Amino acid sequence: MNALRSRRSFVAALETGGAWLLAALWILPLLYAFWAAVHPSAYSASFVLDAPLTLDNFVRAWKAAPFARYFLNTFLLVTMILGVQFVLCTLAAYAFSRYAFLGHRLAFVLVLLQLMIMPDVLVVENYRTMSALGIVDTIPAIGLPYMASAFGIFLLRQTFKTVPRELDEAARVEGAGPIQILLKVYVPLAKPVYIAYGLVSVSYHWNNFLWPLIITNSVSTRPLTVGLQIFASSDQGIDWSVITAATLMTAAPLLIAFLLFQRQFVQSFMRAGIR
Amino acid sequence: MTLARDTLNENREEARPSSRRVPSAATGRMRRPAHVRRWDVHIHGWLLLLPAAVLLATFTHFPAVATVIDSFFSTPKGPRHSVFVGLDNYQAMISDPIFWRSLDNNLVYALSTIPLTIALAMTMALAVNRKLAGRGFMRMSFFTPTVMPMIAVANIWLFFYSPGYGLLDRLLALFGIPAHNWLGSEQTALACLIAVAVWKDAGFFMIFYLAALQQMPPQLAEAAAIEGASRWYFFRRVTFPLLMPTTLFVLINAIINSFRLVDHVIVMTRGGPNNTTSLLLFYIYEVGFKFWDTAYAASLTVVLLVLLAVLAVGQFTFFDRRIHYQ
Repeated sequence: MNALRSRRSFVAALETGGAWLLAALWILPLLYAFWAAVHPSAYSASFVLDAPLTLDNFVRAWKAAPFARYFLNTFLLVTMILGVQFVLCTLAAYAFSRYAFLGHRLAFVLVLLQLMIMPDVLVVENYRTMSALGIVDTIPAIGLPYMASAFGIFLLRQTFKTVPRELDEAARVEGAGPIQILLKVYVPLAKPVYIAYGLVSVSYHWNNFLWPLIITNSVSTRPLTVGLQIFASSDQGIDWSVITAATLMTAAPLLIAFLLFQRQFVQSFMRAGIR
Repeated sequence: MTLARDTLNENREEARPSSRRVPSAATGRMRRPAHVRRWDVHIHGWLLLLPAAVLLATFTHFPAVATVIDSFFSTPKGPRHSVFVGLDNYQAMISDPIFWRSLDNNLVYALSTIPLTIALAMTMALAVNRKLAGRGFMRMSFFTPTVMPMIAVANIWLFFYSPGYGLLDRLLALFGIPAHNWLGSEQTALACLIAVAVWKDAGFFMIFYLAALQQMPPQLAEAAAIEGASRWYFFRRVTFPLLMPTTLFVLINAIINSFRLVDHVIVMTRGGPNNTTSLLLFYIYEVGFKFWDTAYAASLTVVLLVLLAVLAVGQFTFFDRRIHYQ
């Protein structure tokens, strides 16, 4: 019995050790980048404890490229996308959850199609459309293909369907019109879903790269990710300290938000996936 | 519960007659003839859907159809308009070694990242689902790569892999292994990208497994312990099957990701060396926006669309029967 117990605790200790090792391995590349960013270049690959700390790399990165403008562009981009997504997805989800309109089943299938065929793979044709519309190299052009989000419509529709009919009817008896009912009954009840979807959408578009890379070609429109890529691949030489500083800088707002609101982030990502 | 599963249930539910959803006359403010009310429903429904429908049609449905049409035409060059060329683009594709190389790479990439990511995500979830010291830190360490831009991740790993100087070579030097140009060598470049993709996604998928594990009734483990089942046996016969719906959901997402995301290819290797890391979407990007051969890029996109369509059909027919739902 004793032998069995000690064997059990040995296995448990082994598992805990393994888990710790995996976690350490996982955080290692990030810690490494962080180390390089806060030390002078000479120390970026030599790990001595008394290496002097410095913010110089961040200052140099900030001065070497128009990062302030890139931050502004990304901020405008994610806010615009999120705002439009909220409005469009709410209206469409409301239609799908409460109106048995002609062809609603086919329409829903057509909406869900976007879950499989995402804008990311239709870059060639979407570029053509944007040039036909004359809006290549504008911030709205980066956002347009993503604004009617099938994912958002699906998520909100599922939520709206759980709202009791009685609430809806009560509001109707009070004399509220369809839009008023939507705004006064459905939207407030779906608040957690809006937060979850909002977090997922903001992180997706903060991080998005390929389409913005294709559709932008000037400082005044480029989001951070594209700006970072141009900065890192142009003639910085291989000053890794500055490049990692710039890299961490672009990821910082989301990283800090994540570290502060870990639970909300994880729950949002989960809620957005599982319904 | 998964997205896929709910979609299926919804479809079943939709199959039932839904006439009762039309708001009943009793609650209407004024009584109108039945056919007028019915038209109200259709008009209101479509008006609500309209803004989203216009954007979806313009940026998803139209481009998908236009891609197929464009693949039968030539690329307009200067004064020459595009002309119908039939299957010429596809013939060119069949004899294009880089296309085959990219497709091949993409399959290797998908078939390595997907099982690795899923296995690691499951391991991580099982690891942090137990009570142990530092659980919060571990969860954070696993999930952090998810909130970072792929472009930032790729830059960090570029540094990590840099020959002689990067952390990888420095760690290996401790064991006397000589420096190696990880991203510059045909043998290792694709594996390096696979590692990056696994690192980025495993923590994301972990949270879905974690959620599923937390919903699992503890009585199952208790009963198994009483029966004297080994932990491996319990995992194989109970936990793993019960996680199947989650695995399906994760699988679909992982497959889509392996065809959708090429940011790291652009940053780390640009498809090189000698096209060993060129993935399908990366090749489309190169053909469409470096060589500006839009017709050929459209034909390549058709291949990608067909792959995704097969996947969608497979998801609804094959998996639906094989997966055990709680």
